[in-house]
Amino acid sequence: MATTTTTAPALRRKRLRERLRTLGFLSPWLVGFTVFFGYPLVATVYFSFMHYNQIKAPTFVGLRNWRYVLEQMPLFGPALWNTLWLVVVMVALRVVFGLGIGLLITKIKSGAGFFRTAFYLPYLAPPVAATVAFVFLLNPGTGPVNDMLGKVGIDAPNWFNDPAWAKPSLVLLSLWGIGDLMVIFMAALLDVPKEQYEAAELDGAGAFTKFRYVTWPSITPIVMFAVVTGVVQTMQYYTQALVAGKLASGVSIGPGTVIEPGYPDHSTLTVPQLVYSLGFQNFNTGAACVLSLVLFAIAMAVTTLLMRRRAGLLSADD
Amino acid sequence: MPRRPLARLASALGAGALLLAGCANPSTGSADDDPTKPVTLTFWHGWSEKNEVKAINDSIARFEKLHPNITVKSVGNVTDETINQALRAGGGDAPDVVTSFTTNNVGQYCSSGMWVDLDPFMEKTGLDKKKVFPKTLLDYTSYQGKQCALPLLADAYGMYYNKDAFKEAGIERPPRTMSELKRDAAKLTRRTKGGGLERVGFMPNFRLYQNSPDRLFAQWGPAYFDKDGKARLAKEGKIKAFYATVRDLIREQGGYGALETFRTSFGDEFSSQNAFLTGKLAMHLDGEWRGLFLKDAKFDWGTAPLPVPDDQADTYGRGFLTGTVTGIAHSSKHQNAAWELVRFLTADTDQVVAFANAIHNVPSTKAALTSPKLDPDPAFRAFLDIAQNKYSNALPPSVNGGQYVVSLRDFSYGVEAGKVHDLDKGLKELDDQIDADILQAQD
Repeated sequence: MATTTTTAPALRRKRLRERLRTLGFLSPWLVGFTVFFGYPLVATVYFSFMHYNQIKAPTFVGLRNWRYVLEQMPLFGPALWNTLWLVVVMVALRVVFGLGIGLLITKIKSGAGFFRTAFYLPYLAPPVAATVAFVFLLNPGTGPVNDMLGKVGIDAPNWFNDPAWAKPSLVLLSLWGIGDLMVIFMAALLDVPKEQYEAAELDGAGAFTKFRYVTWPSITPIVMFAVVTGVVQTMQYYTQALVAGKLASGVSIGPGTVIEPGYPDHSTLTVPQLVYSLGFQNFNTGAACVLSLVLFAIAMAVTTLLMRRRAGLLSADD
Repeated sequence: MPRRPLARLASALGAGALLLAGCANPSTGSADDDPTKPVTLTFWHGWSEKNEVKAINDSIARFEKLHPNITVKSVGNVTDETINQALRAGGGDAPDVVTSFTTNNVGQYCSSGMWVDLDPFMEKTGLDKKKVFPKTLLDYTSYQGKQCALPLLADAYGMYYNKDAFKEAGIERPPRTMSELKRDAAKLTRRTKGGGLERVGFMPNFRLYQNSPDRLFAQWGPAYFDKDGKARLAKEGKIKAFYATVRDLIREQGGYGALETFRTSFGDEFSSQNAFLTGKLAMHLDGEWRGLFLKDAKFDWGTAPLPVPDDQADTYGRGFLTGTVTGIAHSSKHQNAAWELVRFLTADTDQVVAFANAIHNVPSTKAALTSPKLDPDPAFRAFLDIAQNKYSNALPPSVNGGQYVVSLRDFSYGVEAGKVHDLDKGLKELDDQIDADILQAQD
């Protein structure tokens, strides 16, 4: 008994020291998490129930901001639809295209270096510059693309100036800059054990069967990684849509000009653009926070769904 | 969840809320300074063209000569967005004197307190605003009795027209009514051999350069709000006539799609590729300053007021009015010195005339408007007449700035494209939207 009573406090002290040490090692992350995620998240929830124009002190308004965004703001619907459309279409096509290019380049015997560079280079172009170039190339009145299509008898679309074509044009832009995914998929494809292909060939497997039963199971975690990061990035899609809309509208931008978000007909308006417009152009902080929380909830839900799939990252070690 | 973690979470949220409750901008300025003591003022403005920057710098030099104790640090090409964000963020580099190229945001500036009320300064220095400034300009620089801005030159909108094209089409004078405008526009529109557009008579498309629904709609003399401040566009019969005219103009000149595709071939409005300058537009809505950019035109051009509706022919000569406005930032610690700069720029007749002549803007004081020193250029004088026309009108200020104008613009884009099939229903929804936005912006 005497031994037990003397060791218990010592054990407790030891455990405390261990906990403090652990906390010390964790503290940089904890501080960063609290300052850059925890605090902004609490602030966003707080301001979603406040009227706050960033000049006067916030005042509590209950659910007014929520009702305004969900019931009275006509741009909420189009912005959400556009964002989800981009998430589904852009992410899916980017993954398929990136994987396809990766497969192609790992298979070709000569000139692989050239093609790797050619497909990767556009990714290095700054997003604004790349978008400016695309809007110029696809200008329906003066752009060379429509000029060439016209010469071969194709009735070219109005690309960024047509509500039906504006989002597909943004997808084209994203496919042009596929270099990041191509590199990731190439690394994954080169990592697939060659013996498995050889064994499959001995069993008489064709190209599709080899892809289905050898390649795909090996690269599934990487595909899931590409999908999850793609979804999160596309949920935050802002720069290219904003620049394309501004340029294609042809409206001069200068002091006193109010920019039309999502030209044409709000077809390129995304939720992040609307958050910025509400929060930092109209200073409707409460509504901007509501919108941010909606976006956060959707991003969390989609990501959780993807992560919980058996073939996902969490089950990679199964 | 166990009770202790719940209590911890509640404490954390409570602490966060308390912290956030102190988020009101603390950087309030003061008007206790002595304007005769040495001081440096920061002045933010939107001018960026070479001649404009020179003109504002010359103005500042004249001010500094009159007030040798005040040094002005001038920052150009500043947008309303930047001003709005900077004054909210505060900090040592925030401006003392600010300007805005649009009157749309005055309601927001006044109601939020971001720009200080100038009436006490005017009283202190004996400036009788009603004697100095025209009423329309005073109206668009105040909100609910609070004069938080003053006009720093005005802008009047009228028509620029290609005289050579008129001669070629056998048109003797610019159109005065909307019927004449439609007739002349159709005559002036020219097509290429392939059937495409080569020149458009008058392009009403709302995204074209200075075109916007509110600027063209001003020719009808609309009332946007009722006496209770509620949007009344659904009850405003003039808006249907306005949209009908726009649709007629679009239809008679090739249709919306063809015009929009043609518009995408236009160069930047402030470049040598401006569509009026390159002959792609025969008539064009624009402000008085455009004349300075047309010196290199290879054709003869003239100016006139925009046409008015046929049933309001007696109002011919009217136009849309707006202008640059200036005020003092709430965070300025040198508000008395800042007022000296604002007073000089807005109310000193010689300064206003000199600045107006330099950048071809409409002078914004009664004395300057009748000054013999004003530029005698007839193309410029036409806009002075528009500015003084009793039927000319400006946009009413609103608590959320120009948000209702943006809503009107968005709705109008749909109308011009022929996508609004039930105009009455659309206008009712537009009114509801404007009212909801205003309610949302109120404390």
